[in-house]
Amino acid sequence: MSTGVAITGMGIISAIGNNVAENYSSLVEGRTGISKISKIDTLHKDSIMVGEIDFTNGELEAQLGLSPNNNYSRTALLGAIAAKEAIADAKITDIKAYRTGLISSTSVGGMDMTEKFYYHYLESGENRRYIEGHHAGDSTEKIAEQLGIDQSLVTTISTACSSAANAIMFGAKLIKTGKLDRVIVGGADCLSKFTINGFKTLMILSDSYNTPFDENRKGLNLGEAAAYLVLESDSLVKKEKKKVLGYVVGYGNANDAYHQTASSENGDGATLAMEKALAVAGLEPKDIDYINAHGTATGNNDLSEGRALIRVFGEVVPEFSSTKAYTGHTLAAAGAIEAVYAILALQNNIIYPNLNFKTPMQEFNLIPQTSLIEKALNTVLSNSLGFGGNCSTLIFSK
Amino acid sequence: MEKVYINSIGSISAQKTFDNNDFLEEITTYEDNVIPVIEPNYKDFIPPAAARRMAKGIKMGVVASKIAMEEANLTDIDAIITGTGMGCVRDSEKFVTAILDNNEQFLTPTSFIQSTHNTVAGQIALGIGCKGYNFTYVHSSVSFESALIDALMQLELKEAENILVGGVDESGEHTNAIHKLIQHIKPEKINSNKLLHSKTVGAVFGEGANFFVLSNNKKETSYAQVMGVKTFNTLPKSELESSLEEFLKENNLFVTDIDVLISGNNGDVDYDNYYLDLANGPFKNTQQVVYKHLSGEFNTASAFGFWLGAKILKTQQIPSAVALNTIKPNGLELVLLYNQYRGKNHSFIILRRC
Repeated sequence: MSTGVAITGMGIISAIGNNVAENYSSLVEGRTGISKISKIDTLHKDSIMVGEIDFTNGELEAQLGLSPNNNYSRTALLGAIAAKEAIADAKITDIKAYRTGLISSTSVGGMDMTEKFYYHYLESGENRRYIEGHHAGDSTEKIAEQLGIDQSLVTTISTACSSAANAIMFGAKLIKTGKLDRVIVGGADCLSKFTINGFKTLMILSDSYNTPFDENRKGLNLGEAAAYLVLESDSLVKKEKKKVLGYVVGYGNANDAYHQTASSENGDGATLAMEKALAVAGLEPKDIDYINAHGTATGNNDLSEGRALIRVFGEVVPEFSSTKAYTGHTLAAAGAIEAVYAILALQNNIIYPNLNFKTPMQEFNLIPQTSLIEKALNTVLSNSLGFGGNCSTLIFSK
Repeated sequence: MEKVYINSIGSISAQKTFDNNDFLEEITTYEDNVIPVIEPNYKDFIPPAAARRMAKGIKMGVVASKIAMEEANLTDIDAIITGTGMGCVRDSEKFVTAILDNNEQFLTPTSFIQSTHNTVAGQIALGIGCKGYNFTYVHSSVSFESALIDALMQLELKEAENILVGGVDESGEHTNAIHKLIQHIKPEKINSNKLLHSKTVGAVFGEGANFFVLSNNKKETSYAQVMGVKTFNTLPKSELESSLEEFLKENNLFVTDIDVLISGNNGDVDYDNYYLDLANGPFKNTQQVVYKHLSGEFNTASAFGFWLGAKILKTQQIPSAVALNTIKPNGLELVLLYNQYRGKNHSFIILRRC
């Protein structure tokens, strides 16, 4: 197995907790964050359920100590909170002591403010400061500023629902090739009318609690979240005697090249991504102890991903579960959220239940793990599959 | 480490650049503060039924990438990496407008799907059936450079042999309207020939798609070698020169080795002083080249600068329309590109003749 890239800190905010500890207790206690929507006044509020974070923008701004005339989108607010926790967790006191970069990801960006002030901008100068906050790189720039990362490599990836997995992958490669000593990687996305209506038009939103890998699944619940990991080079870890939480040992990205939004029936892209990640890690399928599946609970994803799992792992697929029933589908952030969950699983030798599962799918004999179990875990594989055929796999180890 | 070459190019810009046999022989001048691309006949490249459904950004990206793939004589590629600041922004605007005007009713998914930032990279992959690595970087004026860094890393380590890299951005009506309000776009219409001496705030916004096949396999027809790329999220003016010198040093070069400086001046009096500091300082005796008066400013305009650098090195010519001064270099061996937008997201690229 390859030695991988060390993870020395993590931070998260999601519908099931405002930090790593809260997320972990919700996971082990089987507490879902899915509810009716309260913070966005949408026509669909009675027909959808979401994974919403309790804090209002005002509360998040106060936590960050921002002035009232700031121009942070909710994406930037969530991202800054989670990234700061990751830095604190890694016990970084001087961010400039090493070559430190930031690779973030988002799909919504500042769309929450754009859709709010879209026509208003034309009439009044009052909220025009948010115009600059729209583009996808803006939340990343703000997080960099919050962390004190300057004159460095800072960029943003947007590949729909695999974005954060790709940020982790790119960050790991920057460490491996010696381009950086330390890199903060992850993603953030807030809820917006834009995504709610977008997924609504695709008819893949469930009106109830999402049920990954269930025969009667009705679609996904959207969620909002942010999560970041701190990746550090071996020499930095050694020199600073850093505590290592886990390693990124494998990564792979492939394209399904099948359809703009749907996954291929046989999961070609997901199969390739998992195979590439195993090859990079120098692992065989049998070495994987737990799979945190993408498992969005749409008809298409779970079938395609399930078939890909069977193609890679054969008849003996290791224990797998999707945590989307806890958090909802947090889009660009999902890969980072689930990376934090993978590390927590490794640290605690725990496999999370795939909530809400009742009936096995007809197409194959795949049953997700439905109760919390303890198992000695050395490696966890995590999938993130997105629009544009974008398929990514990460493998984490102790 | 393998060396990386630009093996082919494909450009759709506000100039007639989609024919690789031309090199800015005819210049189109504009008198405006937003300028469009000169479009090729898309039907020559895409079936009309497919083209009708595609957003402009997708059409530009797909066609620019086809031109580059054809010139490189490739039908498949190991990876597709794009940069885009705003993605298909017209579709984002269309979807937001539909949500607001119809109170979240009667919506159709097409514009939502096309608004996803990786839609161009996904469509290119779909078009050529490429199941390889597919990434999209969306970080303002270093979107294209981030894609370059990623591609270089893979090619230098021989993880891939041919990678399609490109920058694409389309111009959107509402986006332009609100950027006029905050004066990121010049309030006045201006002649392209006068843009860089305008002494007024804001830029002239443009759009474009510039794609390249990068390879660690040098061909007789290769345009140039990509020696290095570096980006900085922030860079105070006081640190600009020393950061550049350090970057050159990392590539075993000195300022005096550079034959041509290609700068991203966009005529914004508030931010062009970064370029002027270099032009009037360490590069005052160097041939200087500019391009945004021809292309307009957009998040991936620097990919047009990259196209220009590649063309200059291959043809060993500097078109008069882009030359900022009359200093004749001894040879055209090394080109340095420098770009930033509104004082943020700076990038340096070094290209070498091959």
